[in-house]
This record gives sequence, structure tokens and C-alpha cells, in this order.
Amino acid sequence: MNRRVLLLAPFAATVAAGAGFLAMLHRASDGQFDPHEVPSMLIGKHVPPFSLPGDPGFSDKDLSGRPILVNFFASWCVPCIEEAGMLMSLKQTGLPLYGIAYKDKPAATAAFLAEHGDPYARLAHDAPGRVAIDWGVTGVPESYLVDKDGIVRWRWVGPLTEDAVTGELQPMLRRYA
Amino acid sequence: MKGFLIGVTLLLAAAGPAWAISDPAEALANPKQEARAEAIGRQLRCLVCQNESIEDSGADLARDLRRIVRQRVAAGDSDQQIIAWLVARYGNFVRLKPPFEWGTALLWGSPVLALLVAGGIAFAARQRHPAPPAPLDAAEQARLRSLLDS
Repeated sequence: MNRRVLLLAPFAATVAAGAGFLAMLHRASDGQFDPHEVPSMLIGKHVPPFSLPGDPGFSDKDLSGRPILVNFFASWCVPCIEEAGMLMSLKQTGLPLYGIAYKDKPAATAAFLAEHGDPYARLAHDAPGRVAIDWGVTGVPESYLVDKDGIVRWRWVGPLTEDAVTGELQPMLRRYA
Repeated sequence: MKGFLIGVTLLLAAAGPAWAISDPAEALANPKQEARAEAIGRQLRCLVCQNESIEDSGADLARDLRRIVRQRVAAGDSDQQIIAWLVARYGNFVRLKPPFEWGTALLWGSPVLALLVAGGIAFAARQRHPAPPAPLDAAEQARLRSLLDS
């Protein structure tokens, strides 16, 4: 009896580990699990203090009063082109979008917005990319939902997709409206 | 042919060793501070490439983080303060060596766990070994001798 348990234990452990990996792969394939995802440290916290130039640009103090989606992007960023349509349709819903151009030249940003549409209520330039580091940005595009009290509630890495908007952003907006 | 060999030799000599990706212009003037900055940077993950340290990575963000580490070293921050500054922005993920906490207990505990399991199996296997037979008494020894001699 004891011997049988000892012999079977490694097989049972292997089967359990295999089932675990299978579940992980399954969740990874439908987007529920991403091993590369870096969790945001800002969730539930106030936006870090900053002030960025633009025309007129904006600062952390402008991010309050109503929910705002802050979008880090760049004219040199290919996935940002993919995201442009989704941002334009978000603009139609009345959600204010504040854009931060990351490591970009103002003229290149302007040309990008002229070509792909300008969804932003306010636009600021973070040419050195220093403010992006305070937000914990790892790459563009990246979007942050800031609630009416200036607290970051949600972050999305990469281009905003239909699933991200309907599955995550809209429920967040209902909760923090 | 001789010209070709000389050419290759000159080319190799000119290439020189590639020590690190960082531009010498990035390095701090004080070699002690630079060594500290490099030691800190080697513990920090490049968030773009994820499996390289910021000292080894050629990514833009890694270069920016190298610069910030050097500014803070020059300003007199301790290693812990600099790492805490980055963890506040990017989380423990930025550390290539994760700290011991509940979420990483299994990771850090796995060598001990493996030893315990192996020890347990070895102990159980030993327990079940039959005791060695008692030594032969005088009569048995005599019989064995007679059997061997015949």
C-alpha cells in the first residue's frame, strides 16, 4: 500500500503540473493571462506630480473633476496607428482623452494627428520621456484611466482594442463615473 | 592573400573588446560611483526586453533608467533608496532578483522543499529495508565450511 503511494506520487505530481501548465496556456491564448504583463504601481494612487508643455499642455492638477483617459503615444509608434480608430470612437462617447506625446518632436506629432485623426482634448509633450517613467510607462501606446479625484483606476498596455474597451474600460467608467 | 590577412588582423585589432553596451559618455567620472551605478543597474530589469538588465540593454528606456541611476548615485542616494525609487514606479518586477515575500515564497522555498522531499523519500526507502540477517552461529559456520569443502 505504502509502496504504491510512493510509486504513484511522482505521476500524480506530473499530471497536476501538466494540468496547471495547460490551464496557463489556455488562459494565455484567450488573453486572460499574460506572463509579460508588468502590473502598474499607480492603480489606486494619485497621479504623480508633473507639468508638461504643449499648446497649452497640462499638469497633474488638470486631471480631476471628471474621469479622463490619459494616453501615451508617439508618431514613430506603429501600434499607435492601429489604436487611432479606437481613440476616435472613444472621443465620440464624450470621454475626454488627454494625450502625452512620448519622445517625439512636436512637428512629427502634429503630422501624425493630422493624418490619423486627433482624438485629444488636451495634448502635452514629454520629449525627454521623464514623466512617463514616473507613471511607470514601459512603452507606447499605454493608457491610464484617472477618476474625478485624480486617482488612477485602470491601465492598459499596448493599443486599445474593442475587447479592452467593452470588457474593462466601460465597466471601470461606470464604476467611477 | 598576405594583404588580406593583414587587413583582417588590422580590422580585428581596430574592433577592440566590446565590454558593455553603454556609451562611455554615460559613465560617471568617479570610478567608484560608476562601479556602484553598474552594480545597481545589473540588478534592474529592462522593462522593454524584460530578460536583460538595464546595464546590458540597448533600449531607449534602459538608457534613461541608467542615467537616472547615475544621477542618484552622484547625488548620494543609497543603493536601497535608488532601487526603492524604481520599485515605486515599476513594482518588484523591475528587480531581477525578487525579494522574499508571500508571492515569491514558493520560488525561494523550492530548493528547501526539494531537499525535504528527497530526504523524506530516502528516509522512507531506508525504513522499509529489511534488517540484515543475524551473524551465523558456531554450528552454522561449521556447516557452511563443510559445504564449501565438499
